[in-house]
Amino acid sequence: MSTRQLVTSTERLQRLLALVPYVVSRQSVGLAETAAAFGVSERELVDDLNLLWCVELRAPDPYCPIDLSYEGGEIVVSQAESIGRPLRLAVDEASALLVALRMLGEVPGLEDRSALSRLIAKLEAAAGEAASASAQVAVQVDAPADGAEGPTARIRAALDARRRIHLRYYVPGRDEATERDVDPMRLLVVEGRTYLEGWCRRAEAVRLFRLDRVLEASVLDAPASPPPSAEPVDVDRGLFRPSPDDVLVELELSADGRWVAEYYPCQEVTDLRDGRLRVVLRTPDTGWVRRLALRLGEEGRVVAPPSLVAEVRDAAAAALANYVR
Amino acid sequence: MQENNLKAMSRRKTERLLGLVVCLLSTRRYLTADQIRHAVPGYPEQDDLFKRMFERDKEDLRELGVPLETGVNHPFDEDPGYRIRRQAYELPELHLEADEAAVLGLAARVWGHAELAGAAAGALLKLRAAGIESGDERSPAVPQGIEPRLGRPEPAFGPLWEAVRDRRPVTFSYRAAGRSQPQRRELEPWGVVNRHGRWYVAGWDRGRAATRVFRLGRIAGPVKFCGPAGSVTVPEGADVRELVRDWDSAPARDRTATLRLRSGKGVGLRRHAISVRPDEAGGDWDVVTTRFADVGWFADYAASFGADVIVLDPPDLRDAVIARLKGVLA
Repeated sequence: MSTRQLVTSTERLQRLLALVPYVVSRQSVGLAETAAAFGVSERELVDDLNLLWCVELRAPDPYCPIDLSYEGGEIVVSQAESIGRPLRLAVDEASALLVALRMLGEVPGLEDRSALSRLIAKLEAAAGEAASASAQVAVQVDAPADGAEGPTARIRAALDARRRIHLRYYVPGRDEATERDVDPMRLLVVEGRTYLEGWCRRAEAVRLFRLDRVLEASVLDAPASPPPSAEPVDVDRGLFRPSPDDVLVELELSADGRWVAEYYPCQEVTDLRDGRLRVVLRTPDTGWVRRLALRLGEEGRVVAPPSLVAEVRDAAAAALANYVR
Repeated sequence: MQENNLKAMSRRKTERLLGLVVCLLSTRRYLTADQIRHAVPGYPEQDDLFKRMFERDKEDLRELGVPLETGVNHPFDEDPGYRIRRQAYELPELHLEADEAAVLGLAARVWGHAELAGAAAGALLKLRAAGIESGDERSPAVPQGIEPRLGRPEPAFGPLWEAVRDRRPVTFSYRAAGRSQPQRRELEPWGVVNRHGRWYVAGWDRGRAATRVFRLGRIAGPVKFCGPAGSVTVPEGADVRELVRDWDSAPARDRTATLRLRSGKGVGLRRHAISVRPDEAGGDWDVVTTRFADVGWFADYAASFGADVIVLDPPDLRDAVIARLKGVLA
């Protein structure tokens, strides 16, 4: 078998049933453009067209219900019989779009919601009964409600005006309020949290800033000018990518400490006895792991690397000394 | 060689299914299996083989969402017939304004690589097939510079969404917070909700005879259906969003803590402080008051600042922090 997965007959049927109306509704359309729209090669598309053209029914005399041509790279369907319109939206399809659209309605900073509401209404009407299940799925976005003068509104304003912004930004791992100038690029809403993606002029790199950790924001006069080398994060591959410089940290968690594995992306999670868990995290900065270990107390213990084990013990001993004085 | 055979078989099946759809869409009368067998090329001669193949084909079409109807033309007809009503098959006429089409593209990307990504792409393709062009995303109706994603796939989402969609009860093993052993749960699911980036399912827990909310990430192993489709009734007025919100929301912060913080440190605690003043006892410290809800949670948080924070009051909070720190050294 080839490594490429074979398209099932029903998947191909689905494509064919969309292909005919795609061409019919446009009267005529180029091979290349159509292949791109359907995510297939031109060769595959031509094979699809040939298959459609060859369909034969005997009722009782043989006839070909579909007639088409693709001479000179332009597809024309001259007879589509009964499949000139696309199939209705399935429940999953209608739900996927409606849930996504309702989620967009919750994203902070979307001023003009009229197009969104009109589109939702039209899709609900077109989907009919298939739309009803979508009400059973909901997505809530964590939007910091900091008011018209708050950091979120200022960041939106800077994005719209393409201006540089000054941030006071809280870094919990180091327990620091940092000051930096940022050239805003995009707002990302991923896994329910909102981030500003921008070129951080202090780090000279693309950085993500969680909106709920922005302490203060002020729009500057300078225009936002991220350098051409500033690559946007590929959100579909996850926000946090491991780096070869990362430190591997191993923790052992009790049943009460299992939340750590839900909360932080772990490289490895191993179930131990009695609901205990061993996890391996990779991180460029172990400061936050030390804080995590202090808050876990008996519920979790750093096992490796040894330097971090010692650091956590020293920190706990120093903190306890404050109380016995 | 084997692959070529598979390809040829798959192609023949596609041709047959396509012929079947066109044939049943073109008829107003119900066609019997026998009539279909004569009209659509590609069915085998032997009766039992034909029967099996035709059953599979009907199932495949229904799975694609093709509304296959069964009925008879006359009350005294013996064999049932089949047809597809065009009105039930066709996507209704749909026209989108330019700004509406622009939003559509953004919405279809929301699922990213998560579970319903394929369904979103399928929907988009049907809309394109209905003549809708992809809109210009620079439209003012599209939030500029905003890229929303639902994030990581969750293995339990697929079966739970199916269960919610088809109103079927499910059973799964669930590890509640702090439990060392997972427990078997039987649930009539009412809906799935994503809150703060995590998926939850809410419904009626049959074993507990009560409304319950479960976090999908804590489901261990497979989710199995334990009843037929349509056997779950979502009670009138049940709001799954509200159920999850209540379950997940933080309790009221009705207690006050007094802390000593090293100057410039404990930024996270200072953010939500009620008052901050320099410590009269001297040294490089501030005295900070802040509100908290739960001693356990707040003690964890205060302990994470190590030697930069000393809890002065209340005593139960102070004791809890000391216990945490001793726990680290134990």
